[in-house]
Amino acid sequence: MADTAAPVNPASDEPSLVAAPAEDHPLLRVENVVKHFPIKRGIFFKRQIGSVQAVEGVSLEVRRGETLGLVGETGCGKSTLARCITRLYPLTSGQVIFDGADISRLSARQLRTYRRRMQMIFQDPFGSLNPRRRVGSIIGDPLAIHGIADGGERKRRVQELMEVVGLNPEHYNRFPSEFSGGQRQRIGVARALALRPSLIVCDEPVSALDVSVQAQIINLLEDLQGEFNLTYVFIAHDLAVVEHVSDRVAVMYLGKIVELAETAELFGSPRHPYTAALLSASMVADPEKARSSHRVVLYGDVPSPINPPSGCRFHTRCPKAQPICSVDEPPLRVQAGDPAGHVTACHFPVAPGEQLVGAAPPISATATAFAAASPDISEGGGA
Amino acid sequence: MSLLSVRDLTVSFPTSDGVVRAVRGLSFDVEAGQTLGIVGETGSGKSVSALSLLGLNPGADISGSAVFEGTELLALRQDQLRRVRGAEIAMIFQDPLSSLHPYYRVGWQICEAIRTHRRTSRAEAMRQAVELLRMVSIPQPERRVSAFPHELSGGMRQRAMIAMALALRPKLLIADEPTTALDATVQAQLMELLGGMQRELGMAMIVITHDLGLVATVADSVLVMYAGRGAERADYRTIFRSPHHPYTRGLLASIPGAAGSGGRLVPIVGQPPSLIRIPSGCAFHPRCPFAMDVCVRDQPPFVPVSGGEGHLSACWLPPDAVGVDAAADVARQRYVEGRRGPAIARLRAAVAGARPGGAVAHG
Amino acid sequence: MSLSPFEVDSASLVAEDEQSAEALDAIAGIEGRSPLRLALARLRSDRVAWLAAGMILLMVVLALIAPVLSSMTGHSPYNPDLVNGTDSFGQPYGPGQAGFLLGTDNVGRDILVRVAYGARISLLVGILSTLLATIGGTALGLVSGYYGGWIDALLARLMDAVLSFPYVLAAIVLAAVFGGSLPLTIGVIAFFSWAAIGRIVRGQTLSQKEKEYVEAARSIGAGSFRIMFVDILPNLIAPVIVLGTLLVPVAIVFEATLDYLGVGVGPPTPTWGNMLADDQGSAGFGAWWFWVFPSIALLITTLGFNLLGDSVRDALDPRTERLFAMRRKKVAAAGPDASAGAGTEPLSDGTEA
Repeated sequence: MADTAAPVNPASDEPSLVAAPAEDHPLLRVENVVKHFPIKRGIFFKRQIGSVQAVEGVSLEVRRGETLGLVGETGCGKSTLARCITRLYPLTSGQVIFDGADISRLSARQLRTYRRRMQMIFQDPFGSLNPRRRVGSIIGDPLAIHGIADGGERKRRVQELMEVVGLNPEHYNRFPSEFSGGQRQRIGVARALALRPSLIVCDEPVSALDVSVQAQIINLLEDLQGEFNLTYVFIAHDLAVVEHVSDRVAVMYLGKIVELAETAELFGSPRHPYTAALLSASMVADPEKARSSHRVVLYGDVPSPINPPSGCRFHTRCPKAQPICSVDEPPLRVQAGDPAGHVTACHFPVAPGEQLVGAAPPISATATAFAAASPDISEGGGA
Repeated sequence: MSLLSVRDLTVSFPTSDGVVRAVRGLSFDVEAGQTLGIVGETGSGKSVSALSLLGLNPGADISGSAVFEGTELLALRQDQLRRVRGAEIAMIFQDPLSSLHPYYRVGWQICEAIRTHRRTSRAEAMRQAVELLRMVSIPQPERRVSAFPHELSGGMRQRAMIAMALALRPKLLIADEPTTALDATVQAQLMELLGGMQRELGMAMIVITHDLGLVATVADSVLVMYAGRGAERADYRTIFRSPHHPYTRGLLASIPGAAGSGGRLVPIVGQPPSLIRIPSGCAFHPRCPFAMDVCVRDQPPFVPVSGGEGHLSACWLPPDAVGVDAAADVARQRYVEGRRGPAIARLRAAVAGARPGGAVAHG
Repeated sequence: MSLSPFEVDSASLVAEDEQSAEALDAIAGIEGRSPLRLALARLRSDRVAWLAAGMILLMVVLALIAPVLSSMTGHSPYNPDLVNGTDSFGQPYGPGQAGFLLGTDNVGRDILVRVAYGARISLLVGILSTLLATIGGTALGLVSGYYGGWIDALLARLMDAVLSFPYVLAAIVLAAVFGGSLPLTIGVIAFFSWAAIGRIVRGQTLSQKEKEYVEAARSIGAGSFRIMFVDILPNLIAPVIVLGTLLVPVAIVFEATLDYLGVGVGPPTPTWGNMLADDQGSAGFGAWWFWVFPSIALLITTLGFNLLGDSVRDALDPRTERLFAMRRKKVAAAGPDASAGAGTEPLSDGTEA
């Protein structure tokens, strides 16, 4: 039931930038990406007094045609990572390799070629569209910037795109304020689609939408993926949505990936205590599951990314923490008994069937929570 | 007798574009110690109705009745309402920052909340404030009472707000989208806390939310609202297992992981209507897959249906048309078939006419 | 799954589930207006705006017909005419005497003609210098706010410096060095006005550049210039228009001040400032028409622009919708004066305490 009604097949009228897409390497490889935001003080001579460690050594691969879900709570760095991948932020260190080419050090000018193949959909359907510009020019912008189409040709293309995402092409001249939230998100999708990208990074694309409209957008994204052979990095905090759309899921905590696995594997047998707690905390819209499941309640707040805990960053809130966890940082690796694609960064992974006990936090954790709550950095920088 | 009994509540706002009819004849009851979940999308009138009970909608035209422990709330003067607010009925809001005054210390604000309603000494109120903060598990409450709101983390602010709301042991707590801005683990903390406080204080709760997951977790009974009216009301199991109203059915089909969804999501078509121009008959009919001629013409009454005890629904489908599985949908479909006439034909024609280039080939 | 009647039927009823969203909207009748059209509509409903526009129009007409007035009456705005313009004792005519509607000045020039010519200078200086200041201030404010860093530090300090400079003193010095002239006056006024606009634009840019739409523009490969002038600038138009409108009267008064002090456009050019400074000679304060008419002209012009600026500000500010709704209601004189609540899901407006 895809949008096969679209009069053209947009994938065919733009020659691909790469001559022959090599299938042997992943579309996107992120290696050891680090992003720190400096905190500066002073008026004339700013000196750095610290930094928000938003993303701290993240590595992952995104395969052609798949949807990689990225979950985590506020301040875990998932949105920052998304902006590092799309190079909206310069990296502090590490590499982003897109289709075999390292784009992590390219200048803005050099990046333009890659921008055509890598797009982003934003969370806020109100903030991400310029309120003073007409829908036609918003969607046509990518075509104008990259000199792909002009005048009547551009208008024709934009109207095609509007039809593809389920908007009335006659509304070409309207302003964003004349559309509802779901329709605005369709405008954002059309803009991202205009350059026929191969990768779209979706940053919480449905979080701000009403339930019934959410499903419309999720279905639209799924249809487009099939039709245009898209690869998605899908960021969300709603676990049900991520489970629904993703092929594989990565879980982030305080700037690091703590677990990554196939969706069914991760939701079925989470190994990292944080993943387990996150899954048990999410409220499923099913009364039996919602009330019968054992809920692991984590205590305290997420520590400050300015001064993250030593060792495993989760140890201050972890119900299974041992002394070694505060000293030694566990690497992301395949745990005993797990399939090859399931990696977890934990010294004491949760055994299948094990029930975590939501223990009251140790005193040191409380102290960390206070540090996190100290003035002007309480919610951390970054994302 | 119910703790709170709302009958035929109607709220409208005059604006420059026309009259916004936010709530149109809403009736519900809240029993002592129970939790009522009010579910709806943006513009369904769910928040407006709660705010109106407490006289927090200046400028609105309100009619109907809302009896709380024998007192008619809608007839109270502002100063009488102030006595009810906080002491008898407390409210917590979505945004913890906007509900705490940024320039006063947290403890002082809680003290004021207490001393507005009770004659207590400042020292005694402060002692209670510390105790309340301890109750909502804010660590080191003796220190935290003298903190300013911005010195607390988001989760702690939310908990401080709850402490303030519960300071006078209200009989009813209205939580307006209490978890919307929060992360999953914080949500879980918060709802556990609220549940514990509810048991301890024996208070009733109204949880207003768009999150069916939250309702599935905490509510005893559920009221689904659409375009300012009650669409369906039942205990939480019935709502998820045997919904009657196609809107409830549609919501369940559009949420990943919900009872009625499986595989591809089935969204409800279109958008919620503008509250200035509400569709005729049943307001849901333009989006309803089971719309019949009568739905375009007449507004369905809120009547008992067969999902279980106290199951009410405002829909013209027969009372036994309940359920989320395919068989239930087929039964609804069969019932509808003979009842579609010129009105539905006109609706289809209007939809086709509004589309560019008429009908679109369907894949 | 696709066999669920719920799905099949929703499709047959309204063509196709997702694409039908639009169509249903058309039925629901959701429509909107562009921000500019909305502002214009509000402006049209504003009586004060009409009054202000009328005052400004009066001055514009006066400026336009100045040569006509001059040729009709045969009175030159520049040349003294002691023969026809003064009485037999060499005293100026009062208003209405000897065919001089507003009287004559010391040297027999028609005050009406001179006021009309003065309107030309005042409007020219007011509008041109404001235009220059607005363009310069907007461009520099945008650059300063968008780039940040040392560029911003430099420009922001420059704006502070300009704003705190004793501009009258500077104008006197400049006039002393270069001699007063029209271009110099316009230049001086523009130079001392741009910083006010620049500072506002810089602040707005700082907040606009954090919006997601700017990030979206960068993600599709837009360069800095495009982002500044295509994406951010349209969002600054409202405050710039308001500020610009309010700067015009300031510039006009500024010009009059410079003329009055003798460091602006020098005599014999007929400007209101010069006329105010005209020697009242032996007539003394008895010749009230010397200063009353240029003052009235000045007052009407500045008041007109100020009122218009206020109205434009109200019209462009979405927060004033309530005000306009009430005004409309009053105009319609319909029903009780219930205050309008705008939203359908109002935010919390109080605590429970």
